[in-house]
Amino acid sequence: MIPELGHFALALALALSIAQSFVGLLGARWADARLMGATGPLAASILIATGGAFACLIWSFVTNDTTVANVVMNSHSAKPLLYKVSGSWGSHEGSMVLWVLILALCGGAVAAFGQGLPSVLHARVQAVLALVGVGFLAFILATSNPFDRVWPPAPDGHGLNPILQDPGLAFHPPLLYLGYVGFAVTFAFAVAALLEGRVDAAWGRWVRPWALAAWSFLTLGIALGSWWAYYELGWGGYWFWDPVENASLLPWLAGCALLHSAVVVEKREALKTWTVFLALLAFGLSLLGTFLVRSGVLTSVHAFANDPARGVFILGLLGCYIGGGFALFAWRAAAMVPTGIFAPLSREGALVLNNLLLCSLAAVVLAGTLYPMFADLLLGEKISVGAPFFNTATLPLVVPLVLAMAVGPLLPWKRATLWPALLRLWWVALAGVGGYLGCLAIAGARFGPALGFAAACWLIAAAGADISDRLALFSRPRAAWARAKGLPRAAWGAAIAHAGLGVMILGLAGMGLATDRLVLLHPGESADLAGNTYTLRRIEDVNGANFTARQAIIEVSRQGQPRVVLAPQKRNFPLARMTTSEAAIHTTWLADLYAVLGEEREGGAVLRLHHNPLAPWIWLGAAIMALGSALSLSDRRMRISAPVRKLAKEAVRA
Amino acid sequence: MSVSPGPRRRILLFAPLGIAAAAGAGFLVMLRGLSSGAYNPKGVPSALLGKPVPEFDLAGLVGADRPTLTAAMLRDLERPLLVNFFASWCVPCLIEHPQLMRLAADGVPIMGIAYKDKATEALGFLRKHGTPYQRIGVDLPGRVGIEWGLYGVPETYLIDRQGLIRWRYAGPLTEDVVKADVAPLLRRYA
Repeated sequence: MIPELGHFALALALALSIAQSFVGLLGARWADARLMGATGPLAASILIATGGAFACLIWSFVTNDTTVANVVMNSHSAKPLLYKVSGSWGSHEGSMVLWVLILALCGGAVAAFGQGLPSVLHARVQAVLALVGVGFLAFILATSNPFDRVWPPAPDGHGLNPILQDPGLAFHPPLLYLGYVGFAVTFAFAVAALLEGRVDAAWGRWVRPWALAAWSFLTLGIALGSWWAYYELGWGGYWFWDPVENASLLPWLAGCALLHSAVVVEKREALKTWTVFLALLAFGLSLLGTFLVRSGVLTSVHAFANDPARGVFILGLLGCYIGGGFALFAWRAAAMVPTGIFAPLSREGALVLNNLLLCSLAAVVLAGTLYPMFADLLLGEKISVGAPFFNTATLPLVVPLVLAMAVGPLLPWKRATLWPALLRLWWVALAGVGGYLGCLAIAGARFGPALGFAAACWLIAAAGADISDRLALFSRPRAAWARAKGLPRAAWGAAIAHAGLGVMILGLAGMGLATDRLVLLHPGESADLAGNTYTLRRIEDVNGANFTARQAIIEVSRQGQPRVVLAPQKRNFPLARMTTSEAAIHTTWLADLYAVLGEEREGGAVLRLHHNPLAPWIWLGAAIMALGSALSLSDRRMRISAPVRKLAKEAVRA
Repeated sequence: MSVSPGPRRRILLFAPLGIAAAAGAGFLVMLRGLSSGAYNPKGVPSALLGKPVPEFDLAGLVGADRPTLTAAMLRDLERPLLVNFFASWCVPCLIEHPQLMRLAADGVPIMGIAYKDKATEALGFLRKHGTPYQRIGVDLPGRVGIEWGLYGVPETYLIDRQGLIRWRYAGPLTEDVVKADVAPLLRRYA
């Protein structure tokens, strides 16, 4: 009964979305106040219907309803409750329902926070969001119904892939989708602007919070995924340039460019065409990721079980949305004339440079990701493009990006001279050189990581310089506190987010100094790594909820002083017939002591020991970046959305 | 900043659409290829794909009443065939064995190479589970495996009528692989 209700709710959401797209588009075209006024309540009803469907899906998983095919494939009665719930979005079908739910949430949020939007713009944005929803709801109902029944019911489910039974991964997809789907809102704003044929400062101001929110969720989602890979996959790595990881990085880069260029639209009414293009691109790249993961055209640890028929359907949707968006862009974008002008050397100019570099980075990652597939298709060659290419090709773009990131915020708007800004950065540069020399002094002649430390110190110090400059901390220290209170949160947010990237680079540079050892130890024997002595005490059996495990007890000591006990496990899940390795990690914040239990041989165990300096700072940096953009979002100026003159012209409708 | 949209800017505005359309067309061909077997992202790339099989000359398996296998026998064929590296000590080989027996029963010629396996043990394996192979070579030192760029056992290669290696699969053949890859490729190179 409940699964049928969920299926019905999905169909209802589809019908409502179709209605919404007509009501919104026609209402805006005829300037019909009643039709346009209906888009808000319709968005709320779509949200209720999709929310209902999602609740039904979770209910099926929590009660372990084995007449539902999706539950049988992905769940099991003995699974902890958290993973029963997260299992509902662990499969292809369930994750699509989560996708449309988040899209409906976005529609609801636009209706709730967009009271100040001109009603024509609001109606069009809702209509475009609903159109996106129509495609994906039709996709779910036609090819991937999560509520399909099986009869007779299976005795119990097959269980979720044990690797995925992890709190980090339970929240990785929702955060990631909040980012991906969040860019649907900026896409909708871009399409609405193209339909209207106008982009102005107010448009930039409305788009920016959505881009910021989507970007910070995506930051958190990617970071969580990378952290999970680090502690769960047990390879000691955090980023593998896997095609699916790249697919999430692409909209992140485009979105990062978008939220910077939207500032220029808001301040100067320039870069309009470009910003609209980025808004289309960010969502287009999100959809590309969806396509790559679900169609089977590439292999990856992340890919869902694939079916080419589904791939064709998604490709059709991509054609509609990306093709439609870009066609509209080609047709209408010429009408967008910049009104503001600025000198090449100015804050705006720095933002243009930021956009150029970020988009070049995205182009490099895109090319590296798609090239093997197209080489296979066109030349019949099997090529793999891996970390060496990406590291070499992105470095020349990241270095100028990092350099410019520090200078940009110090430049005044409209017209600037470089010299005063550089003068204010002298101690920042000194910090960078200090980082470089410090690393060389500690780690020896390791120039790559030293460059990373220099970049990290440069960025963090530059964020400090930006804030202290705005507060006039050194020239008028007495008034600094008052100025700090008056400083807009967006300024704090930007500085914090930039510093967050610095913290992340600090972690990356530290990981550049990571060392590891593969040893065969018998109980009582020990091995040295990076000044620590790892002694294997014993190997024992451990039982978990739905697994049995072998566990090694390793004592770590430094110069005879015991520090910590590490207990890496090798877990065997009999139901799924899978073995996973559970790395033991002890972090001192200066370094991670990381141990993985390998095979057992002749009474001893093969252990992989890693010493990862500054590793946790990578994800801490990502969290700081997200925090910075959240602070920026809470800025009062972001919430005052519509200029007064527009409100006055049109009656405000609830 | 340019103000009036010149023809060059016009063309530039069409660029995203063009690139997206080209990529879309490429993806469509890939998806078509996925269902017909012409495009397979899972295949472990082999340096030998599209090249003739490397020279080798192996001793036969005594007692198996099957002739031996040499590189010369893999040229100018009447129909495409499979070359399967196996070993009695390899558990996945046992898993894929029913698939090989079924293919052999369907009349697909399969050549076997016993990889790093003693003749008596390989023979025991085949006596116990059945012999899907038309010819069998014994590669006790594993030299031939190195020349073929073997990843591990089991591993299966598809040789076309000209004797060129067309496909390689590392790991046990499953029903899905036979249906999705082997059968279409055999038809394609027939």
